[in-house]
Amino acid sequence: MQYKIPEVIVPGAITPGEDILIRTKAWHPMETGWRKTRDGKTVPRNRINRFICTFNGAEVLSADFHSGVSENPYLTFHVRVPGAGVFEFEWQVDDGSILRARASVGIAGA
Amino acid sequence: MYEIELTERRLSRREVVAAGGAAVLTAALAGLLPTMAQASPKEARTKLAELTGGAPVEDGRIVIDVPPYTKYGKQVRIAISVDSPMNEEDRVTALHVLAERNTVPEVASYHFGALAGTARISTRIRVARTQILIVAAEMSDGSFHVGKARCKVARGGGGCG
Repeated sequence: MQYKIPEVIVPGAITPGEDILIRTKAWHPMETGWRKTRDGKTVPRNRINRFICTFNGAEVLSADFHSGVSENPYLTFHVRVPGAGVFEFEWQVDDGSILRARASVGIAGA
Repeated sequence: MYEIELTERRLSRREVVAAGGAAVLTAALAGLLPTMAQASPKEARTKLAELTGGAPVEDGRIVIDVPPYTKYGKQVRIAISVDSPMNEEDRVTALHVLAERNTVPEVASYHFGALAGTARISTRIRVARTQILIVAAEMSDGSFHVGKARCKVARGGGGCG
């Protein structure tokens, strides 16, 4: 299944040690496997089950999503960034596909 | 007096057969009906006990920002912040969100790495019906803090929460 590219909002320039807010949104229906279509067929389960955010390879936040997370899962969190680097985001889907996004941050004024 | 009551309450054969039939019918219906069973608060408590694993549980330090009343349970914004300096000694290692009356009580678990900043996340969850949401924060010293918030829903999460 083809998914839209997730959206990530990360400030471009930071001061080291600053607490920054990261906003992410993946485009995914998050089917629970309990919903039925009008003709009575069960829609198979298909969810994002895991989200991982890393900064230069070090894990910042990981999340396990269950059926209670809304479709197009939106998540914001805070990171204390030690310096310039690259954020990598990964959403793992039940059907085996992985959605990825990247964002780089630089030092302000550098 | 007692004996008279007993004789009066004796069931006829026909009544017994009818009662048995009704029982069979309800059992069959229960089996046929789609399993839209909602989790009970008891199940959520069991899940919470499983998560904490017998560690001490305290109240406070958690602020849950969730609308007290919402018209649409499919997308309910929730912001959770934990009062923690997030330094080496005192930090939040994980946040668990449970919804007592969703089909499955677990909603999501968040694990914070070494680079995590302020312990505040915001997301959108499904709330199947009016219920109490439970947030458990796992601290670095192994203790747990639990916060609760009630969310009233006019229309549930479309049978999916």
